[in-house]
Amino acid sequence: MRAVAVIGIGKTPFGAFADRDLRSLAVEAGEKCLRNGHVEPAQVESFYLGNFAGPSFVGQNHLAPYVSTALGITGVPSTRIEAACASSGSAFFHAWSEVAAGIYDIVMVVGVEKMTSQPTARVSQILAEAGDCSGEMKAGSTFASLFAMIARRHMHDFGTQREHLAAVAVKNHAAGALNPDAHMRKTITLEQALKAKPIAEPLTLYDCSLISDGAAAVILAPLDRAREFTDKPVRVLGIAQASDYVALDQKDDITTFPAVRRAGEKAYAMAGLKPGDIQFAELHDCFTIAEIIATEDLGFVKRGQGGPYAFEGCTSLHGARPINTSGGLKSKGHPVGATGVAQVCDLVLQMRGQAGERQLKRAELGLAENLGGSGATCVVTVLGAA
Amino acid sequence: MRSGTVYTETVIYSAPEAFLADVPYQTAIVSLDGGGRVTGRIAGERVSIDDRVVEVEERGGVPFFRKA
Repeated sequence: MRAVAVIGIGKTPFGAFADRDLRSLAVEAGEKCLRNGHVEPAQVESFYLGNFAGPSFVGQNHLAPYVSTALGITGVPSTRIEAACASSGSAFFHAWSEVAAGIYDIVMVVGVEKMTSQPTARVSQILAEAGDCSGEMKAGSTFASLFAMIARRHMHDFGTQREHLAAVAVKNHAAGALNPDAHMRKTITLEQALKAKPIAEPLTLYDCSLISDGAAAVILAPLDRAREFTDKPVRVLGIAQASDYVALDQKDDITTFPAVRRAGEKAYAMAGLKPGDIQFAELHDCFTIAEIIATEDLGFVKRGQGGPYAFEGCTSLHGARPINTSGGLKSKGHPVGATGVAQVCDLVLQMRGQAGERQLKRAELGLAENLGGSGATCVVTVLGAA
Repeated sequence: MRSGTVYTETVIYSAPEAFLADVPYQTAIVSLDGGGRVTGRIAGERVSIDDRVVEVEERGGVPFFRKA
């Protein structure tokens, strides 16, 4: 297996862009990425598109060549990957596999979602199709309600408090306010988070990530060719994708995500690292409880301790292990098909020392965790300065 | 009809379009006495984790439970 590096990154701002369509967002991120990596479209040997629900959100299918040809990438394999909110994390994993296996050298991944052209209730309906439509979703569940039920049980089993959840939202908004590309650049107080309107008890508006438009892109290459393209390559030290049941009611214990644990363990093993070695992370805070549980499943803290860990400030921008310095899905935004690749871009920005006001002093070893649905897909990536 | 214990629950205020008329409504995952779990709706009084519930009807393949 060959060592693989990220040689280029590119992102659009995340937000609600009434005048932008899916393809223009994907092309903007892709073109920025090609320029950033000093790669010509004709050099790209394989193309992956991470996208959850383009056909439902914008009525367009066959999306991978629809996007890649608009980038001037023609003739090569062009493949869309759908894995709910882990669509582009999974696309990244498959692109990495091709480069690591020696099938192709230069592989591009674009993640994109255009969500805001639909009203919120319709967006909820489309997102719900990432759950089990023969059971839980037929009962009127939303993704917020599934994570609300996870939060309720976590509170019951471990004493997690509403304030712990709210602390995650406050922290991620504080970081996102410093990110010029974030969807919602505003700080919030703990009281605002606690008193916001209920979405699904015990979650309020501020426990939920945003409905966003946006795209992100990366280009991968073998590590031994990386310096042909960039003087700041970032190495993929470990990566794994894992799966689990789609329906929440099929899981023995909903307070942990087995796919996160398994992907994390495999990624750590590949990297030869322990959880304690990870300096900073982008975790999938689709809902505040998801970030809390991710810190437990990835071994940053013991089970049940994720709430106090966030509340005590350990994961803030100036904490011992900063989490979601981009603002996370909560504040940066969550165009679902773009999120996994955007997390990788945000780790790379930190490792290159290009994170502006959010720049960390120690950013040599970072981890991204991209979760699909209520835990049926997870991709964990460990990156290191090359 | 089936009976069981509430494993977890929530009250939904922001619904998908097909359920907008029902807001707010409670859903729960119920651990069935015969084994296994099912996601259903709660009819009547709100329930909490560990409450006993009984199935009162099925609508469109969705079990509705009521506090026992």
